[in-house]
Amino acid sequence: MITTTHIWQALEEVKDPELPHVSVVEMGIVRDVQLEADRVHVKMTPTFSGCPALDVMRHDIAAKVRELGFTQVTVETVLHPPWTSDWIADSARDKLQQLGIAPPIRHGGNLIPIAFLDVATCPRCGSSNTILKNAFGPTLCKSLWYCHECQDGFEQFKAL
Amino acid sequence: MNAHHQSALAQKLLFLADDELILAHRNSEWTGHGPILEEDIAFTNIALDEMGHAATWHRLRQELTGEEVDTAVFFRDPAAYRNVQLVELPNSDWAFSMLRQYLFDVYELVHLAQLAASSYRPLAEAAAKIRIEEIYHLRHTAAWVTRLGLGTAESNQRMQAALDTHWPYAHQLFVEMPEDAVLAEMGTAVSPTSLLDEWQQITTAHLTQANLIIPTNHTPPTTDRADHTDHLTSLLAEMQSVARQYPTAVW
Repeated sequence: MITTTHIWQALEEVKDPELPHVSVVEMGIVRDVQLEADRVHVKMTPTFSGCPALDVMRHDIAAKVRELGFTQVTVETVLHPPWTSDWIADSARDKLQQLGIAPPIRHGGNLIPIAFLDVATCPRCGSSNTILKNAFGPTLCKSLWYCHECQDGFEQFKAL
Repeated sequence: MNAHHQSALAQKLLFLADDELILAHRNSEWTGHGPILEEDIAFTNIALDEMGHAATWHRLRQELTGEEVDTAVFFRDPAAYRNVQLVELPNSDWAFSMLRQYLFDVYELVHLAQLAASSYRPLAEAAAKIRIEEIYHLRHTAAWVTRLGLGTAESNQRMQAALDTHWPYAHQLFVEMPEDAVLAEMGTAVSPTSLLDEWQQITTAHLTQANLIIPTNHTPPTTDRADHTDHLTSLLAEMQSVARQYPTAVW
């Protein structure tokens, strides 16, 4: 008998296509899983509204649930409460760090000071002797930084 | 919600979606042509954000009208678009695009703060979501307004020329359409006219600090969102060409 716990576990295998190894569950993108008789309803929420990976994730989530044997699967996109980078789990923060991406600073709902603070710790050497080079990066969710210690660039996942 | 109210709301969502989509398309024309690599990346990101916001508004409209998002975007003729003329003007120099985005960003933040209090929940939720993302836009464009306004004589002169062009056009954003009046009465959305004072205060303070002179002409060339310049026709011809040539294509 498959329960919602099994579905959540299966969804841990669905990765964010722009952040390999990080799952949609760890990212806080999957908000709810409902199982009623043989119907599964998944609620997901977009990180950045314009993220081109959203459609891929929506498709992959539905496909993963179908793999468990369900034929009636719906994936609903919800906007409330709005996704925040604070929901990114510690496990995902560690993975981001290993990928060379500084995890976002937790802001506890008070984003504006963080968005203007310009602080990032280099994911390679741990130095905070860093400088923001561009608030926009290769994907909507990342900014570009330079570490004066490593003398090399790195990315930070933007706080949202 | 009665039919009259619902049709006004669907039309308002079209105003929101079309402004964002056409501005996004104009900004996307900078991709590969930015003055420096960082700005090429930044403007492309901003364009993508605005396109995502347009899609968000269109999805809300689809819930009301049943019209598919792609149909609304790719198979609607210029005469049926409801964006303001500000966003359809063709790009010229970097100052022109940066200043337009700045004026629009301030409008959006002021507008979204009000829409987030809408009695129509899907509208309120979408506005709250989009508003958070817009923080990064205004931070970026406001900094460039300062940098270019206080930069060299040439950068200041180019920004002033851009401001002189955009200022009257930007005022169309605050013209109340008949649908706005219906929605304001129902508490669904504020009238854009009520946002004008705050927008003028914020932009005037910032632009003045950047050594720019506020134009005296506040009269937009049109007050009807159904009126467009010929520039929209050529923009849509390009944007819609692939979808119209291959209407059954999936990607």
